[in-house]
Amino acid sequence: MVTEFTPIASLIGGLLIGAASVLLMAIRGRIFGATGILAGFLHPADRSDWTWRALLLAGMVTGPLVHALLFGQMPEIQVPVSTAALIIGGIIVGIGVTYGAGCTSGHGVCGMARLSKRSIIATLTFMVTTGLTVFAVRHLLAGGI
Amino acid sequence: MRHLLTYLIGLIFGLGISMSGMANPAKVINFFDVAGTWDPSLAFVMGGAVIVAFIGYRFVLRRERPVYEPAFDIPMRRDIDARLIGGSAIFGVGWGIAGFCPGGALPAVGTLDPNVLIFTLALIAGIFAARSVMRLTAQRQAKPKTT
Repeated sequence: MVTEFTPIASLIGGLLIGAASVLLMAIRGRIFGATGILAGFLHPADRSDWTWRALLLAGMVTGPLVHALLFGQMPEIQVPVSTAALIIGGIIVGIGVTYGAGCTSGHGVCGMARLSKRSIIATLTFMVTTGLTVFAVRHLLAGGI
Repeated sequence: MRHLLTYLIGLIFGLGISMSGMANPAKVINFFDVAGTWDPSLAFVMGGAVIVAFIGYRFVLRRERPVYEPAFDIPMRRDIDARLIGGSAIFGVGWGIAGFCPGGALPAVGTLDPNVLIFTLALIAGIFAARSVMRLTAQRQAKPKTT
């Protein structure tokens, strides 16, 4: 499936993601990592710890609605994989981010921006294994999971 | 006020993800499919986000404390261990298979797209499974060895 090259929209999106990370650090002193926020929401340390995570998640899920208000449509979600791949991939992602203590937002954006050695190594590692997996699925298994 | 600001920060992130294409598995997988239908858009997402965060953190972390908390809560670990590398490697495999990562999928839950909901439930199941195993191994290691 060919997708359109969208450098401007992607850059603006990236700038907003970066801005949200900086603002969260400025007011709450926290890393904006989707994995950590979700995991702490499911297993909160205490009530106030749960509250800020719940508010952040509530804001996150309203993002697509504001996108619809601004641009007249929800963000495009095209899924070129099977439901089985979504379930298997989802479970694998959940295991990986728990052991790796972070994902694209926590390690890839916030950690890289802090020049954290752990995050730089984590990001390089998952970028390589994602690339290898996509190559294997698309070109060796001919697209079939 | 701090509750409203926290919500708005989540909203900025969610709008950024929505605009960027990170919530679109077809674009994510194409970014990595250099040998096929390559779409380099996501390099602009990462690039834009890291540059803003890099510059912004310089200013923010120079302050004594965040506005609403007594101290910054920043990961202090420096060691590179098998868990970090293995976990990150596993995450990449899942990301390559499904095309969603947590930061891309969570805001997209707001679209109520069934594919996003399925992925997110599987993600939560994976987090719970890994946490249970981690807790078990930690308990086993904590017990004194008997012969």
